[in-house]
Amino acid sequence: MGNPMKIRAASKDGVTEVKVLISHEMETGQRKDSAGAVVPAWWIKELTAKHNDKIVLTSEIGSSVSKNPYLAFKFKGGAKGDKIVVTWVDNKGDTRTDEAAIA
Amino acid sequence: MNNQRRNVLKTGSGAALLSVLASAGIIAPGMALAEWNKAAFDAKSMADTLKALGAGAPADSKDVQVTGPDIAENGAVVPVGVTSTLPNVTMVAILIEKNPSALAASFNLPAGTEANVQTRVKMGQTSNVYALVKSDGKFFMANKEIKVTLGGCGG
Amino acid sequence: MRHKNKFVLLASLLAVAGGVGSNVALADQSTDAIAKYREMIADGNPSELFAAQGEDLWKTKRGPKNASLEKCDLGLGAGVVKGASAKLPRFFKDTGKVQDLEIRLMTCMETLQGIDPKTVVNEQFLKGEREKMAALVAYIVTESNGDKINIDMKPAEMKKMYELGKMAFFYRSGPMDFACSTCHGDTDKRIRLQDLPDLRSHKGAAAGWGSWPAYRVSNGQFWTMQHRLNDCYRQQRTAEPIYGSDVTIALSVYLAATAKGGTVLTPGLKR
Repeated sequence: MGNPMKIRAASKDGVTEVKVLISHEMETGQRKDSAGAVVPAWWIKELTAKHNDKIVLTSEIGSSVSKNPYLAFKFKGGAKGDKIVVTWVDNKGDTRTDEAAIA
Repeated sequence: MNNQRRNVLKTGSGAALLSVLASAGIIAPGMALAEWNKAAFDAKSMADTLKALGAGAPADSKDVQVTGPDIAENGAVVPVGVTSTLPNVTMVAILIEKNPSALAASFNLPAGTEANVQTRVKMGQTSNVYALVKSDGKFFMANKEIKVTLGGCGG
Repeated sequence: MRHKNKFVLLASLLAVAGGVGSNVALADQSTDAIAKYREMIADGNPSELFAAQGEDLWKTKRGPKNASLEKCDLGLGAGVVKGASAKLPRFFKDTGKVQDLEIRLMTCMETLQGIDPKTVVNEQFLKGEREKMAALVAYIVTESNGDKINIDMKPAEMKKMYELGKMAFFYRSGPMDFACSTCHGDTDKRIRLQDLPDLRSHKGAAAGWGSWPAYRVSNGQFWTMQHRLNDCYRQQRTAEPIYGSDVTIALSVYLAATAKGGTVLTPGLKR
């Protein structure tokens, strides 16, 4: 579900930097629409990133992370062509997984 | 550990994913995600948040940095991050003191992942932003004030 | 008692005066700090998410004719996307009109896919066909990033549009008697902490035209140039132009011609 993520991963001097852009509303549940009704909370709660089959990052996320979230992190290792797989789960139970190859 | 793991598996959607990952052998038993920490994300004050994270009263450390601008042009997107030179960092978190709930996000870092995580958060107003780091099982903290401005029209 | 009140008044006036001075200094510091903020968010522009959808949409067969847009001629030949938006708006012989990117896309959607332009024109921004239009625009303008703004001003129709655009830029209307030039026709103007580009000048026009369409961090939306110009009119508190109408094309030609030679930085990232 949801639109695809943009995942960029680049390896340099034995360290891989991963940058992820996610398409998600990240509603706090504290905002009102033009009619004055509260917009229900809707946000990504958890995110997991793997290098091939090994987990390199897990995250617990609150609704104060910006709309269309951005995340960058680095891990040791990773070679050109290796897979980076990112999965998120939101508070409605929606989930999405995308992958990219390390450049 | 077993107890914790059972907790993970019996709750909500995250748990569903976890059980899939676990059954696929992707998550080693010792590596299971912590259950989404509702108490920590619901906590309003810094003190309550730190308590819910099990961090107590962390010591300030020069070896922890909050990355971010001095001024954010728009509170809807404030680039913030945590870096640290402390050894064996297993967790980092970002807290915004004056947000309705202080905790923005926490990250578990397996061995090999650097203590360097950047993201973007919403800030309701000018506030201290705290970086919390767990190194060798102990908690450390640093903070930086980020001013939030509202711009004019257009852009 | 009266004396004391006067003193308090004087003191507070002085405090206000002092405050004004330091606010000006603060504003200058802030401009630098905000430049750093913009630098920090430039990497990872969420426009990429919209561009990815747009690229898919470009290749997707849809409409009554069940065709993709891959044969659409944006001015550089059928299907050429790279560098196309840096040279728009342009005069198209096949339609006999000066068209900007969005209007040209409407032509392609009509001729190739059989999609009635009215489904775009009569829609609201960010909805339905206009939402799809925005994604297509995000994809296409990304493919001109780094190019020089280079519109072809030779055709007489372009010259006519330029003159009309210039007139529209300075034309005051609405209850506030505002023109585009009220805010964007002077050097070193600022509203709160926002520097306002002087769009009459090459530098100002290049900064403005060159960085729209853009993703706006304040609302997480991707705005096309038609959306941007429409909102200028809304902020003028005057009648909003019809989507793709001559005045919007004319203003775009005026801005792009003034910006000619500047660098395309699209998709931009705005507050």
